This record gives sequence, C-alpha cells and structure tokens, in this order.
Amino acid sequence: MRLYKYIVAVLSVLLVSLPLKAELRIEVTQGVDKPTPLAVVPFSWSGSYGLAEDVAGVIANDFARSGLFRVMERNNMLSNPTRQNEVAFRDWRSLGQEFLVIGRMSAAQGDSVRVEYEVYDVIKEELILRDARVGSRNGLRDIAHVIADNIYEYLTGVKGAFYTRILYVTAQQLGPDNYRYQLRMADSDGARPRTILESKEPIMSPSWSRDARRVAYVSFESTRPAIYIQDLRTGQRQKVQSFKGLNGAPAWSPDGSKMALVLSKDGNPEVYILDLLKRKLTRMTHHYGIDTEPSWAPDGRSIIFTSDRGGLPQIYQMHLKSRTIDRLTYEGNYNGRGSLTQDGRFLAMVHRGDDNIFRIAVQDLKTSRLDVLTETFLDESPTIAPNGSMILYATQKGTRGVLGGVTLDGNVRFLLPDSQGHVREPAWSPYLQ
Amino acid sequence: MKASNVAKAVALTLSVAWAAGCSTTGGTDTGAAGTDTATDTASTQGAEVSGGVSAAELAAQKAADDAAAAAALQSVFYFDFDRSVVKQDGLAALEKHAAYLAATPSASVRLEGHADERGTREYNMALGERRAQAVARILQVNGVNANQIETISYGEEKPAMLGHTSESWAQNRRVELKYVSN
Repeated sequence: MRLYKYIVAVLSVLLVSLPLKAELRIEVTQGVDKPTPLAVVPFSWSGSYGLAEDVAGVIANDFARSGLFRVMERNNMLSNPTRQNEVAFRDWRSLGQEFLVIGRMSAAQGDSVRVEYEVYDVIKEELILRDARVGSRNGLRDIAHVIADNIYEYLTGVKGAFYTRILYVTAQQLGPDNYRYQLRMADSDGARPRTILESKEPIMSPSWSRDARRVAYVSFESTRPAIYIQDLRTGQRQKVQSFKGLNGAPAWSPDGSKMALVLSKDGNPEVYILDLLKRKLTRMTHHYGIDTEPSWAPDGRSIIFTSDRGGLPQIYQMHLKSRTIDRLTYEGNYNGRGSLTQDGRFLAMVHRGDDNIFRIAVQDLKTSRLDVLTETFLDESPTIAPNGSMILYATQKGTRGVLGGVTLDGNVRFLLPDSQGHVREPAWSPYLQ
Repeated sequence: MKASNVAKAVALTLSVAWAAGCSTTGGTDTGAAGTDTATDTASTQGAEVSGGVSAAELAAQKAADDAAAAAALQSVFYFDFDRSVVKQDGLAALEKHAAYLAATPSASVRLEGHADERGTREYNMALGERRAQAVARILQVNGVNANQIETISYGEEKPAMLGHTSESWAQNRRVELKYVSN
C-alpha cells in the first residue's frame, strides 16, 4: 500500500515535469511480501543552470519497480542530508529505513555533470558504498540508471539491469485504411521514447543484437513481410531475407554470428539458421506442422521454438549438434513464444490453461514446475531482463494494448502505458556497453 | 491526475476512431477496386475500334461484366480458432471465383490471411498463411493456375474489427480475396 502511495507521488512528479511527453509510466499493481525499506534523498545541485532530470527520483523509481525494495516517500523524510555529517541515523531508523542513499551533483568540464553518492546501512550506522560518476548533462537519466545498477548489485549481489533499453511496436489508425506503425526504443523505465522506424504497413518481432547496437525486425513496407537489420546509431538498414511467403521471427545468436528465423519458402513455416557472415542458410526443422518463434539458449547450443506438431502449439527445444528435439511444455493447451533466462533454468512463455486465457508463465526446467505470473488476459510477447529479474510483456488495458512488467517471482506487477496508440511486442536489450 | 484522464480520453477516442475506421473497410472496397480495373481495361480496348459494335468491343464488354460479377462475389472467408479449413458457407463463392479465374488467365488474386488476436503473433502469422493457402488450394483444385494466385499473411496485425469479443474474433479469422490489377 505504501509502495502504491509512493508510486503515485512519483507519478505526479513525472506528470508535472513532463506533461506532454508520451512516455511509459509505472503503476505497481501488486505488493511484495518483504521488501527492504530504502530511502533515496534528493541529490543537491551546485551548478549555475537548471537540471532537466531528478536523478534521485529516477534511482528511487528503479528500486520501486524491482519489487525487492520499498522506497520511502519523500514527503515523509525528516531531513534531506546530502553529506555524511548531515545524516541523523536515529531519525532514519525511527522511520523504519534499512538503507539510505544520499548524493551531490556539481557542474564538471564542458557540459558534464559529476554525481557523487553514498549508501549507508542505517542499522549499523555505516557507510557501505561511495562512488562518483561523470556524464553529459543530457544523459542524466543514463547516469541515474548506472548508479541504480551499481547500488542494486551491491545490495542484492545480482547485476542491475536498469541501464538497458526496450524496443516495442506501436500501432495507430489515423483514418480509413491509414495506419501508422512505429518501432520505438525507450529506457528500461519507459522514459525517453524515440521512433526507430515508421511505416504504413505492419512492423513486427523486434530483436536485439548481442552488442545492443543493431536490431532486427519484420517490416511489411514492401507489401510483403521481410526481415531487416538496422544499425541504431547510424540508422543504416539492410534487408536480410525476403523469400516468398513468411519471413519472420528473427533471433540473434548469443555470439552474434547467426540469426534464427522462420521462412515458409518451402511451403510450410520452418525454422532456419542464417550464418550472417557466410550468408549460408540452414533449414533446421522438417515438419508439416507450424514451426516458429525460435529463440536461443544462452549457451548458443540449442534453440527453443513453438510447434503444433503435437496437435496444439507447444514449446520444444532442439539441440543444434544432434538435431534432437525435446518437448518442454505439457501443462496447458497453448504454449508459445518461449525464451530462457540467462542461467538457462527458467522458460518464460505465453501460456493458456484450462480457463482458455492467455497469460505469461514461467517454467522451472529443473523441477518442471509452472507458475502463471499474470492475471490479465491476452498477455503475450514476454521478454526477460538480461539479469533474469523481470519480464516485460504486452497486455490489454481496456481497449488499448499496453506493456506490463512482472518480477520473475510474480510478486510485483506494473504497467507501462504509452499514450500513443496500441503498444505491443516489447524486446528487452542486453546489457549496454 | 488530470493529465492521465486526458490521456485516457484521447486513447478512447483513438480506439473508437480505429473501430469506426475498421468497420468501413472489408470486402466492398476490394470489389470496387476490381470493378475500376475492369472498366479501365474495357474502355482502352473500346477506344481502338471506332463506330458500331465490333466483336472486340462485345468481348471487352463481356470481360468487364464477368470481372464485375466476380468482384461482387463474397470475398471474405472465415475460419474457426486455430483452424485453417474454409467454412462451408464460403465454398460456393470460391468455386465461382475459381471459374472466373480459370476462364480469365489474365486475372489474378491476392489472398490475405488473417488471425484473431489470441495466441502469439508469429504463430498467428503462420496460421494466416495456412488459411490463405487453404483458399489457394480450393481455387487450384477448381482449375486456377498457381501463377494467378499470390498469398500473404498479416497474422493478427490487421484486424477487421477491434474488441475482445468472440464476435470480433470471428470477423478477424479470415482470408480476404482481392483481385489484382496487372
């Protein structure tokens, strides 16, 4: 409940400062069992010009979304310390806090800003982390996410994934037979959305290269589906596959040298692997059923795919060396779009159980236990954070398509509504360099 | 709070606009396009002959009439969930399309397969293609040459009707047959 209040507070700050930007916003829809209480005090700023971003607010928001922390509401703070000698530990203890983050920002050379911050253990009254980051004043949100990652890793032992990006597709109808499809990229918290590609014809299935510098996607701009690769920095594009029939579901291999994809040039949707250097195409599946939605195991030695070869769509795994195929899912009458966590242990998927509702589920491949993580309907396109802590997915809110997030344990869910059109098909980037 | 209300209102307006837009698209547009093409062809051919009603003009008129008749036929065919078997009520119209296409080798069609929003997007792409191919097979069995037929799947990307009801889903599980102007 408190977390919810806090989020509302953050929301109003966001709304006041950025009223017209069509950004994704966070609403926590469910609480956590035992989150760790943490306070992020507003950082001081000694520069002569105004800053466009609330760095401490961005950090606090990241922690709130992670589900592992209960972040203190600013209004309840008794003081706003920015240096160690200003910290009254007894106050923070009486407010129930376990960790305290404070910081100072100052103007550095050129257009740069220096952010110094410290993390304290309130119970032990100890400084546990001190660090400083310098970055462009236009990149303050990036600095904030890097700092959040650093603190998160220090406190949890798990690498943070806040300094990452997401791709997603939006669709709008502008008039009769007049559509606008956009491929968009935003920060992991949905902020700073920008358009990567715009088209009157559908755009689908965005996929990141492992260095996060290029994206592959399906575009119908030539009136037929074709797979393209686009360099995010230069905007340069390359058409990779445009056979007769389906050209879909591109997925980069972990080493970046290959791409799994789906073609129906032989009459039926089959999974292929394209060697991007040698331009060599190898057909991997041979079945009259539908084989689609390939994704790579993190070790690159197998691919996960969806097939209706057993009568209903289920998820299978093909070991690339032996070409042997194992069926992974048995629970439910429709399982698709499977992908594995970095440790290879959990399979995220779209799952339909006996209630015939499509939800996001996770299967522990060690124990075969399946957990349904979401409670909405028509949930699809799960994409896992590079640290395996969270899943983003597409869902419906009223008549609109929106993006939702859920922690892998299902304890915290949130929505990232984008006010522009129907939002779908999120793809979470790898760690940024 | 106000801002989010505005956002909601905008969203609602947009979805209504989308729904309204969608309801105007469909088979009728296709039919009109086919007719236009046929008339164009007829008038060019007619211009070559001056005065009187020549055999060529008669043939052109008949071709235009046939094209118009084919374009006026049922052009959207529906399917059950996760199935790619054309429903019975579409078969008669498909046989008529086939008869026209078989008799008119210069005519060609584009079969656009679609799925409803349930299920994953790439799987629905495959499903839309299967449906388009199922219609293509019926045409071929009835004498249409394969090179007169182009199939494409849009999966669930271009719904005919928005909304999460079984009625809109039924409207969206479809193949649209469109005559292509050469």
